[in-house]
Amino acid sequence: MPEIKELVKGLADKHGRTRESLLPILQGIISEERFISDAAMTEVARELDMSAALVYGTATFYSFLDTKPRGKYVIRVCRTITCDMKGKKQIVKTLEDLLKVNVGETTKDNKFTLLETNCLGWCHKGPAMLINDEAYTELTEEKVSEIIGDYMKNK
Amino acid sequence: MANTVNLKIDGIDVSVEEGKTVLDAAKKLNIHIPTLCHHEDLCVAGNCRVCVVEQEGVKNLVASCAMPAQEGMVIQTNTHKVRNARRHVVELLLSEHNADCTKCYKNTKCELQSLANEMVMGDHMFIDLVPDKNYTVDMMSPSIIKDDSKCIRCQRCVRTCTELQHVSALGVAYKGDHMKISTFFENPMYDVVCTNCGQCVNRCPTGALIEKNYVDEVWDAIYDENKHVVVQTAPAVRIALGEDLGFDVGERVTGKMVTALKRIGFDSVLDTDFTADLTIMEEGTELLTRLKKALVDKDTSVKLPMTTSCSPGWIKFIEHTFPEYLENVSTCKSPQQMFGALAKTYYAQKRNINPENIVSVSIMPCTAKKFEANRPEMRDSGYQDVDYVLTTRELAIMIKQAGLDFLTLPDDKYDSIMGDSTGAAVIFGATGGVMEAALRTAYELVTGREVPFENLNITAVRGMEGVREAAVKIENVLPEWSFLEGVELKTVVAHGLTNAKKVMQAVKDGKADWHFIEIMACPGGCLGGGGQPIPTTPEIRQKRAEAIYAEDEGLPIRKSHENPEVQQIYKDFLGEPLGHKSHELLHTHYHERKRV
Repeated sequence: MPEIKELVKGLADKHGRTRESLLPILQGIISEERFISDAAMTEVARELDMSAALVYGTATFYSFLDTKPRGKYVIRVCRTITCDMKGKKQIVKTLEDLLKVNVGETTKDNKFTLLETNCLGWCHKGPAMLINDEAYTELTEEKVSEIIGDYMKNK
Repeated sequence: MANTVNLKIDGIDVSVEEGKTVLDAAKKLNIHIPTLCHHEDLCVAGNCRVCVVEQEGVKNLVASCAMPAQEGMVIQTNTHKVRNARRHVVELLLSEHNADCTKCYKNTKCELQSLANEMVMGDHMFIDLVPDKNYTVDMMSPSIIKDDSKCIRCQRCVRTCTELQHVSALGVAYKGDHMKISTFFENPMYDVVCTNCGQCVNRCPTGALIEKNYVDEVWDAIYDENKHVVVQTAPAVRIALGEDLGFDVGERVTGKMVTALKRIGFDSVLDTDFTADLTIMEEGTELLTRLKKALVDKDTSVKLPMTTSCSPGWIKFIEHTFPEYLENVSTCKSPQQMFGALAKTYYAQKRNINPENIVSVSIMPCTAKKFEANRPEMRDSGYQDVDYVLTTRELAIMIKQAGLDFLTLPDDKYDSIMGDSTGAAVIFGATGGVMEAALRTAYELVTGREVPFENLNITAVRGMEGVREAAVKIENVLPEWSFLEGVELKTVVAHGLTNAKKVMQAVKDGKADWHFIEIMACPGGCLGGGGQPIPTTPEIRQKRAEAIYAEDEGLPIRKSHENPEVQQIYKDFLGEPLGHKSHELLHTHYHERKRV
């Protein structure tokens, strides 16, 4: 696990080794690895001289700090009321058909993970989804096909 | 003098120190407010909401455990709104609680159950959510069972593990209705940094964290005619057992306990105190040997400061947290394990019993002792040295099951051999006790005189301060100890693993010049152990400590090296302290464990 060790050390050098540093370090791991493995958490606990259960507690508290392996692109479709009323169900179905996975699953090539999320704050432009940090709004079936097609081809 | 504030509770005026809570103020008036997440050893959590009260001029109900008493406050603890709210809190907790009370180990000792009883719940109105929850039960540890279906998420255990013990094996994971008390990656307790100290068990208000009990196994052994069942009792059991059997806190019940054990049917009722005295002989000699090697032989491989090794919670803690200091730990086994190793060798020989047929039981104030007995290092007799470890609480259960009226039992004396004890051994049960006992013997060994403290009471190492330092100047020594002439022996005592961590950190940072460190994993030492009667609070620990020191003062022999059975065992069996036989049976080494 030398890469994880290096990554965590680098993040700790950057953000510090206090309790407040925990969250930015975990976010840093997410942006590199897409999820926080138990090895990564162990390393964070060691680097910050902190209990591993505490690191685990923090990681499991936040929905965007995944503790299970994720694909290169994590798609999170907003499931909250406004997006739901504006047709989120159809968007999810389209995504499931395109990616051939159910919500919660990752494609075989490890490129995409399809998830739902709570309100993204785009209620006025629903339905909305995130692909990693990028927001896509006012989605339609066509628009979704286009976006995913682009990711499949070009990224 | 702290400022006082005046407030009114249920129409009665009351003054309390500034900083006290509304709950404290109500207590002062003998007004009972129910609590669940509150515990006197721990910081305020305010998460269970069962202690809510009404405050005049405030719209929402306030949690009395978290609300500081303020000047002019008007509080109502018994209104319709308050009673309804409390009832709903309990109903909601019960809707997620596996209420199989009659089968539960904590039946009649559960704080949630007694609240439900007090409120006369009947058929509660919320849907039973238990069938839909994916609760897990972790039974893999030899010491502690963690049953999430009983957990009310009050987080007493989490605060205990963090604040008192600095271990944080338990934390809070997930959120909302998925929130749970969890170890790292929800691994079993035995596979994480848990020290098995059981302080969480002592604080859990329900049956979510309990000791793994071995009561039935012990009964089976007693009923088995082919087995010779010996029992040893730890120093701190005799001053706390009474609490579970109708006595007031601080009552010493040594004689009644011995009678009870004999009537239960143990073949021989012996005392861990005997091996506590033996520990002093071995550990004291070890310390003096290390000092000699360091001071006279200038041997740099000798590790100082030396730490005690009696507390199995401390041993597991250092294995995980400061493995580079394992060589500093005394190689002495704990008194329990010394006893175990001797029961199936020395005792078996003396009594002419095949050790294969001996079942060795120990009564301990401790849950970590259950883990210790199962260690692979603890089989030097050729068998598992200690077969079953019962907590003080489990012994109380056995006494009740045996139909004994403990209050009226006559006193009896321990059997021989390995039943003799001294005051020095008894004080092992209190923080500072091992240090005091060691000093009483080591000082006399080196100088030929008693320790220079009135009535042998080394008060400098006593008390409940988390870390206590004391120095003893060694003067006019006997010729063979001349290298110690004028040496100031520096010692430190710590109890609770949070304090242990402070002491070890100071050693690591090179900020300490101690020679000898006593560490007990539990606050107050063994008298506040995880296996002691529930509740354990600062006030209760204080009373138990007073009882321990009273027991010490009441004994005719108060120095370990004067224990006649100890002298006998060296003559007949062991030879001398740190001798060949001792090394074989009474000493061991521990090993590094992973950091999580």
